[in-house]
Amino acid sequence: MNAKKNLYWKKNLTYLSILLLIWFIVSFGAGILFADFLNQFKLAGFPLGFWFAQQGSIYVFVVLIFVYVFLMNRLDKAFDVDEK
Amino acid sequence: MDAQAWTYILVGFTFVLYIGIAAWSRAGSTQEFYVAGAGVHPLLNGMATAADWMSAASFLSMAGLISFMGYGGAQYLMGWTGGYVLLALLLAPYLRKFGKYTVPDFIGERYYSKNARLVALICALFVSFTYVVGQMKGVGVAFARFLDVSFETGVLIGIGIVFFYAVLGGMKGITYTQVAQYCVLIFAFTVPAIFISLQMTGNPIPQLGFGGKTTDGVYLLEKLNQVSIDLGFAEYTAVNKGNLVNMLFITGALMFGTAGLPHVIVRFFTVPKVKDARISAGWALLFIALLYTTAPAVAAFARTNLIKTVSEKPYAEVPQWFSNWEKTGLLKFTDKNSDGKIQYLADANLNELAIDQDIMVLANPEIANLPAWVVALVVAGGLAAALSTAAGLLLVIATSISHDLLKKNLRPDISERGELWAARISIAVAVFAAGIAGMHPPGFVAQVVALAFGLAASSFFPAIILGIFDKRMNREGAISGMIVGIVFTATYIFYFTPQLGGPGSRENFWFGISPEGIGTLGMIFNFLVSIVVSRFTAPPPAEVQELTENIRFPRGSGEAHDITIH
Repeated sequence: MNAKKNLYWKKNLTYLSILLLIWFIVSFGAGILFADFLNQFKLAGFPLGFWFAQQGSIYVFVVLIFVYVFLMNRLDKAFDVDEK
Repeated sequence: MDAQAWTYILVGFTFVLYIGIAAWSRAGSTQEFYVAGAGVHPLLNGMATAADWMSAASFLSMAGLISFMGYGGAQYLMGWTGGYVLLALLLAPYLRKFGKYTVPDFIGERYYSKNARLVALICALFVSFTYVVGQMKGVGVAFARFLDVSFETGVLIGIGIVFFYAVLGGMKGITYTQVAQYCVLIFAFTVPAIFISLQMTGNPIPQLGFGGKTTDGVYLLEKLNQVSIDLGFAEYTAVNKGNLVNMLFITGALMFGTAGLPHVIVRFFTVPKVKDARISAGWALLFIALLYTTAPAVAAFARTNLIKTVSEKPYAEVPQWFSNWEKTGLLKFTDKNSDGKIQYLADANLNELAIDQDIMVLANPEIANLPAWVVALVVAGGLAAALSTAAGLLLVIATSISHDLLKKNLRPDISERGELWAARISIAVAVFAAGIAGMHPPGFVAQVVALAFGLAASSFFPAIILGIFDKRMNREGAISGMIVGIVFTATYIFYFTPQLGGPGSRENFWFGISPEGIGTLGMIFNFLVSIVVSRFTAPPPAEVQELTENIRFPRGSGEAHDITIH
């Protein structure tokens, strides 16, 4: 039982690390640190770095949460720790 | 009908709506009063959270701020949304499983210490009160400008409304009122944006129109960049390379601060299940994102429109809105070269137009010549934003006093009825105190908002995260971490904020980090100190380790409850 619980927690931490890495890359990365570099590319009328900073990162944030909810609901069921 | 009549009608209608909802959803128990009986549907809770979160500042000031900052304004956009990812992934589900009412509750139980609870309580009170004073001031300003009453009367009307539904309904009344307020504020923000986007780019979706072409076939942002350079300003979309480190830290402080603010965290105690807490954060961010992705579009439209309307135009021919705002003193024209025309330039010596950035959202529909009812709608939206945030904050203050201070510290034997009365009385007192402070705001209110985020980031955020993810974290580690985080952050902010009497000057900023961003560094110090100290002191008692283990698994969350583990 304990080994199973540990595995559940490990999987949760793996999901967290991947999603938070994406969170960091789109905001602090594409939106700030590499924004100047990305600005040489265009997305319609937007310089790409500017778009990430003022639009794209926010869209990605929303998607990240819904992906996490989906993953965790599946994981809860698989490990039988979900709420009845 | 003119804008004034429309304003009376729309504002009056929304207020009747809020009061009606509050009367229908009265709280009968402390559990309903504190966490709405933990029975709010996650979608509705998401909406209420969004309204709670988006204050008068988000609604009225942010787009204006961005339109003057250009690319750099992104620190607010990312900072005030990115924190929700942290909330959903790292905090909300676990705190919901823990199942208490407040943040000091969690700190007190997890770190088995009344002192820790007290420190958390004081921080929660300070952060919430600072915030609510700003909201009351916002309400006063909006009323004064649009209902033609004095500023003080405006604040009084605001007090009356909030008093009625917060005292009566508690969290239950506030939550359902906030749902209505969200609808009002998002409608009020997006309708003018859609109109203006259509007008300028032919695209009804502002998020796309913003990257589209104007009627003359040039991309809007390219045009704006060109005009900005011509007037001597920096390119609108260009990155300010000298400011990158500072921007990184400010964005971080706002994100981590968001995830540590008591009035945001408490929202996730109001849903029935752990599963709901996760999805609720998702809904909240989706609803917030609607406004936060529209705001930068509004900023670019407003900036372009403003320059087009006033630059090099004869002063004698200015439109009506220009004269209206001149009367408030928030817009000023001085004809320095006496040519009778308005020169709006980056060079301070030649520039003849001074614009307060706070007026951009309110003036925007007038600048774009939109119908009078749209102008009135924006006022109703701004009031909805201010009132919903104020109510949420006042509830945190009342809960802190009646639950954390009275029930958990001074009078543990207080009855359910007595506690409910205490909560109502403290919310009433808090409303009036906030109103009075809002009428005579200490000059430093704007500056202390930075302090609120900095404190939340450098104290609560690490203490909660470590309390969930590090089983070995103990009382000694958490308390010393919080103290180091707070003291460092507060000292830096006071030292480098001249408005607070600090002697420091910009050149001496550490790594160029301004006071707004120092919370990130304070947070890092907190993490380091907590971990080091906890490894050299006794591990937490077995039952606390069990509790930490237990909150990691969703099953058995039940309702928000009130048991003690010792």
